[in-house]
Amino acid sequence: MPGKSSDYRTKLAVQNEQLMGLFEAAGHEFIEPEIIQPADVFLERTGEDLRSRTYVFSDPEGNELCLRPDLTVPTCRYHLASAPTPQSQARYSYNGPAFRHANTNATTKGPREFGQLGLEWFGAENAQNAEAEIFNLTIAAMEKAGLKNYTVRIGDLGLFNALLGAMDMPERWRRRLAHEFWRPLAFHKLLRHLTGQQPFATTSCDDLVAKLATDKSDTKAVVETVLDEENWALVPGRTSDDIARRLAEKASDKNAMPLSSQIADTINAYLSIHGTLDTIPAKLEDLGLFSDDRFASACADLNKRFDLFGLDAMKNGSISFAAEFGRSLEYYTGFVFQIEVEDKDGAPMVIAGGGRYDDLISDIGKCVSVPAVGCAIYSERLLNAVEGQNS
Amino acid sequence: MSNKLTIALPSKGRLMEKAQDLFAAAGYEISRIGSARGYQGKISGIEDAEVAFLSAGEIAQSLMDGTIDIGVTGEDLLRETMPDADALVDMSVRLGFGHADVIVALPKCWLDVATMADLDEVCEDWYATHNKRLRVATKYLRITRRFFADKGVTGYRIVESLGATEGAPASGTAQVIVDITSTGSTLEANNLKVLDDGLIFQSEAVLGVAKKALPDQRISDMQAKLLEQLET
Repeated sequence: MPGKSSDYRTKLAVQNEQLMGLFEAAGHEFIEPEIIQPADVFLERTGEDLRSRTYVFSDPEGNELCLRPDLTVPTCRYHLASAPTPQSQARYSYNGPAFRHANTNATTKGPREFGQLGLEWFGAENAQNAEAEIFNLTIAAMEKAGLKNYTVRIGDLGLFNALLGAMDMPERWRRRLAHEFWRPLAFHKLLRHLTGQQPFATTSCDDLVAKLATDKSDTKAVVETVLDEENWALVPGRTSDDIARRLAEKASDKNAMPLSSQIADTINAYLSIHGTLDTIPAKLEDLGLFSDDRFASACADLNKRFDLFGLDAMKNGSISFAAEFGRSLEYYTGFVFQIEVEDKDGAPMVIAGGGRYDDLISDIGKCVSVPAVGCAIYSERLLNAVEGQNS
Repeated sequence: MSNKLTIALPSKGRLMEKAQDLFAAAGYEISRIGSARGYQGKISGIEDAEVAFLSAGEIAQSLMDGTIDIGVTGEDLLRETMPDADALVDMSVRLGFGHADVIVALPKCWLDVATMADLDEVCEDWYATHNKRLRVATKYLRITRRFFADKGVTGYRIVESLGATEGAPASGTAQVIVDITSTGSTLEANNLKVLDDGLIFQSEAVLGVAKKALPDQRISDMQAKLLEQLET
């Protein structure tokens, strides 16, 4: 239908008003970020890939603008413009439309225009408390809307980084594994490469790297000699130091190879951890990594969070943890959760999601890390799911 | 009995001459109606067909819009113009001229970068150092986005370039280019190298047939005759 009927619009307004009332009562200031946003902020953060999902257009002066693909970045911009300092504590709630290309890929399959309502909390002092409160409010919203038979999946991306930190391997491998974490196929391929199960493809800089791996001479001097002899001028933006550093890392990778299969097994064992919350602490302990302080404290934080969840309020849902969960989600840096129901064909449909995204404020221009946690609810999907369950 | 077929040929240049010669050799004489600069033409050897002379870019666009049935143009333009060229256009008859590789190239001085995976890492480093994204200069916006996404490279931005793309890295407007090259001499002159896995595809002139015009005996005959001619 090209638009909402009077009846549907009323039902949606009633639902949204109830949820916004809940959020305001909890101390979240109701704001309305701009619908039209400067595309630059989004493009610099996400890269060119954003265009495959977002409506990007130009104004007569040639400035690139976009229709907001969600309300999180617009809320961050609002915060940066209105708060005394980026680190100032602020709690916001919002309710309004967001826009994405329909059918560009499986994950964005859906309407071009959809309602999103949600919460953001910047600068909270106690991380686990803020996470648990956002989580509890989201669950309260689901219950208030009358949703039944929903499943809550939670994960923790910070735990994965702590796990990598506890493993003995060159820093560059950690960075690469963390970078590929978002793409499971590429991740497993990289792991097989690092353990030598599958050789890296030969490349045109192998000879130089092999030479540097055996010959202990100064890498930067070697780089400068090659550039000089070949008469290849440097181009703006990368120095001979930058080039030498990556070559030196490649050379030391070669000497560090391979990653022990025991480490790869532990990583895979971690990624396969899943189950109800009560089973998770023991499974994490079984990895045998609690001698690493950072990993042990990340696990303790996870347990603290579990304790702070008001699961008694969750009357009509079920909850589980999966180490792998959160891989394909944007923004998030730590705790992450998602609420799903089955659609009428039995396929999972996401109703709400949220988590911690500490890098976002710095990514959109302020060079400070600001703790941030939030959630977003697809308001029309929620209404449709509730109506479908009641019919 | 049958619909009128519209066949588009490039309106000028070597592409036009080569296409006209090939069609003539296959038994299809093409002539312009009116002056030599007219944009409509006749074709012999096929029933109920007309010829339109368009620019190579317009031919790709018109094949997508469905205003022509057959068009001779570069595969690069078809792939750039359409979100999914293979679904819309039959490109099975490759005409053997207009060869050019569509490639990803960057400065030779980047001794540490050989593959798209290296480029991905450099993109991340670049963002961390400069707090903005590495730039890719190209006129092939769609092709670049698709290829980079396939390779898992996302942290870059495109600078649209309508000429002298290969000069962008030296001037600093972009670090990487996606462009066509036939002999590689322009890349060489600008101290650029193609990444090991940076060949996006090998383009050439093709007989593009709108799939919705198929099946049609006249078109099958034309494809067969052109192929026969190309094999000799």
